[in-house]
Amino acid sequence: MKLQLHPLQTKVLFHLGPVPISNAVVTTWVIIAMLVGLSWLAMRHAKVRGGWLPATVEVGVEAIADQIKSVIQSDPWPYLPLLGTLFIYLVFANLSGDLPGLVAPTAHIETPAALALIVFFSVQFFGIRRQGLKGYAARYLQPNPLLLPLNLLAQVTRSFSMMVRLFGNMMSHEFIIAIILFLAGLFVPVPFMLLGILIGLIQAFIFTVLATVYVGGAVSATTTG
Amino acid sequence: MTVEMLSIIGAAVAVSVGAIGPAFAEGRAIAAAMEAMARQPEASGTISRTLFVGLAMIETMAIYCLVVALLLLYANPYVR
Repeated sequence: MKLQLHPLQTKVLFHLGPVPISNAVVTTWVIIAMLVGLSWLAMRHAKVRGGWLPATVEVGVEAIADQIKSVIQSDPWPYLPLLGTLFIYLVFANLSGDLPGLVAPTAHIETPAALALIVFFSVQFFGIRRQGLKGYAARYLQPNPLLLPLNLLAQVTRSFSMMVRLFGNMMSHEFIIAIILFLAGLFVPVPFMLLGILIGLIQAFIFTVLATVYVGGAVSATTTG
Repeated sequence: MTVEMLSIIGAAVAVSVGAIGPAFAEGRAIAAAMEAMARQPEASGTISRTLFVGLAMIETMAIYCLVVALLLLYANPYVR
């Protein structure tokens, strides 16, 4: 028996024209379809006394809005669509790896890279929309114009570290389970899979909180991002 | 010693040495957060959120080491 593992390789399922469609992309499509279906079901008859499903969704949305408000210290609703969707998608994506036969999309480097790029461009967009191009560009010259290269570098490296953090955590977790299964047998990895649920939730939370902190730093006038 | 052997040793050293610093740092951060929470239980929400973000920052260093180790093992540019 040989251990066949490769952390940077993706399994290509089929080709759509010239584009290879990997396992992670199909899982993401299914998650998107599920979330859209759930939202449609919940918001179909949205009214004041709409039943248990709209009420549950509303409680969730309000809870996420409260969390965002306490981080960025201003009105959370312009940023809620991006950050809330990010959190809910990440929870589903991280936990999908625990279903038999599925691999979490975030355990391959492409999905975290895409999410980190989205956060990177959103932070610039929100900053420019709130403060104007001139006001937002001026914050890169603070506290001293000499620090401009460092400020630019910080923008890139923090997005990179977001990507590597999510990818490293999710991938190493799957790796550990595979290695323990290879060494020890059938039921030994179960406690590690329970730990994996915790890791998945915490990583989804951390990714969202960091994105919120970066957005909050870009839109607030006082603190530097 | 071949390049493969050196890569394996390098990967093991990268993870084992690289985990020491973040381990100490996370221990100190959690101890400080515990103290702060015991002193001010009403601020525990803010403290724990800041703690999680800080732990993520510290943990990044260990994960960089892990990535270096994995690159050495699986995507080594010197092993064809």
